[in-house]
Amino acid sequence: MLIEIQDLCYTYGEGTVYEVMALDHVNLKIGEGEFIGVIGHTGSGKSTLIQHLNGLIKPTSGRILFEGKDIWEEGYDRRSLRTHVGLVFQYPENQLFETDVLTDVMFGPKNEGLTKEECEQRAKMALRQVGISEDLYKVSPFELSGGQKRRVAVAGVLAMDPEVLILDEPTAGLDPGGRNELLNQIKYLRDKRGITVILVSHSMEDMAVYANRLIVVHEGKIAYDDTPRNVFTHHRELEKMGLSAPQITYVMHDLKARGLEVDTRALTVNEAARSILMALSLRKSMKTAEAQEKQD
Amino acid sequence: MGEITLGQYYPTNSILHRLDPRVKFLGTLVYIVALFLVRGPVGYAVCAAALISMIVLSKVPFRYVLKSLKPVVLIMAVTMLFNLLLTPGEVLWRFWIFKITEEGIRMAAKMGIRLVFLVSGSSIMTLTTTPNALTDAMERLFGFLKIIHVPVHEIAMMMSIALRFIPILTEETDKIKKAQIARGADFETGGFVKRMRAMIPLLVPLFVSAFRRANDLAMAMEARCYHGGAGRTQMKPLRYRKADYIAWAVVAAFLAVCICLSVTGW
Ligand SMILES: Nc1ncnc2c1ncn2[C@@H]1O[C@H](COP(=O)(O)OP(=O)(O)OP(=O)(O)O)[C@@H](O)[C@H]1O
Ligand SMILES: [Mg+2]
Repeated sequence: MLIEIQDLCYTYGEGTVYEVMALDHVNLKIGEGEFIGVIGHTGSGKSTLIQHLNGLIKPTSGRILFEGKDIWEEGYDRRSLRTHVGLVFQYPENQLFETDVLTDVMFGPKNEGLTKEECEQRAKMALRQVGISEDLYKVSPFELSGGQKRRVAVAGVLAMDPEVLILDEPTAGLDPGGRNELLNQIKYLRDKRGITVILVSHSMEDMAVYANRLIVVHEGKIAYDDTPRNVFTHHRELEKMGLSAPQITYVMHDLKARGLEVDTRALTVNEAARSILMALSLRKSMKTAEAQEKQD
Repeated sequence: MGEITLGQYYPTNSILHRLDPRVKFLGTLVYIVALFLVRGPVGYAVCAAALISMIVLSKVPFRYVLKSLKPVVLIMAVTMLFNLLLTPGEVLWRFWIFKITEEGIRMAAKMGIRLVFLVSGSSIMTLTTTPNALTDAMERLFGFLKIIHVPVHEIAMMMSIALRFIPILTEETDKIKKAQIARGADFETGGFVKRMRAMIPLLVPLFVSAFRRANDLAMAMEARCYHGGAGRTQMKPLRYRKADYIAWAVVAAFLAVCICLSVTGW
């Protein structure tokens, strides 16, 4: 196992009046090359959970293992862990600080101790991957638009070349085009280079398309941990948690309720269209067959 | 949450929590004055009784009151030590250039008791009053200064905004720090210069966001036609109720008793 979470609990403000139990006995195993989606209502503990994975938060109780080693053991090198597990924060544009875009992206590789040339090479590649054009390399990061800042911040983590990439709502506030571009790029990295991806998102549609495993967090506990297809069959329960299944799931359920024999487990619009067309043509051929029978 | 995480405020619902902040503020001042008025054991006993009944009435767990003493322990120790060693009088003990006198012991004990009472007494106020309510009270209490053109309202507004921003900025610092640590930043090791340099990735985004927030706030206030003090009314104006008048009476009685005790020297 690449990452293993054992019986993890975390309480904010322990010992004060404002104690909040953000994670409650979480167990999780994450394998190499997985594309994991994490969903959950606001305040369910998603961000808290993923910050444990690269040792930014110390568990109140429980253990985190990376490649079999406890990351909070005496003498464990958590700084080098962070080059293996890259974390893109929610609203990462707040972390930009350098005088120009390229130097800012080079911050991560530089901290790894790479030479200047290597850093620059890494930074340029990362910027290309997130679709920042070369004429922006020397611009101050504070002069960029919100979406551009977001991309630069994502590049800042990509440039560290992590084996595990964790993204906390990376697409919030991006236009639909930019959103698909970013997610496709992440999927490409995973398919091509075999990195493991953990993506926190509120978009069920994105989860349906990209994730091959979906984890639903509810009040600090893991409610579901399965393929998106199986998780979305629980759409009633998801609604009780303030979540929902993709729109298309509802359409399919409606159609089925009205007597069309469609596959309610369809995940994407394409799948759904195929299933509907098939059901329709089946119905049509049945009708013609019936009509034929009557005539005979 | 923001607002509540600031300062020491302990949220619960007690008589003291509901009391008008003006009463609490002036009452605390009276209590502090009384502490320095009384001289004899009876006086101290009265102050102790007042303090204990306030702690009980506030429903704040005792350990929170004790916690507020922690930051002043050092000052207290130093004050007591000086009083112990430097008070002239009948020498009990001599050690090198130091001598301990009977008066010194008495003085040190008095000082210690006064400081403990003072700090825990004022912490009862901050534990039961939100910073915003306190600013509100000050604005009203010092309102008379408007006559000599002191911008009381503006100062109070600045104070509440500053207070409101402290938790926001702490939270922001924490977030940015984590984000930079995730990018391999190292805030913990190295010499002085290296550590100072390591602060840049933290301070630049922090200042940028602080200025942006300040700008946004100014814009939002302007959009709602905020124009300072004159003619401005409050959504929840402070108003005295029955409990507050009773509290005033108690404070007055307490002060009278302490003055009498001070005069008689009991
Ligand atoms: N720094 C903090 N101090 C105190 N409590 C916190 C802090 N950060 C989060 N919490 C609390 O912990 C719980 C989980 O928060 P978390 O940020 O993990 O939620 P989330 O699932 O990421 O939500 P969102 O979808 O809004 O990002 C919430 O109840 C929140 O109020
Ligand atoms: Mg979050």
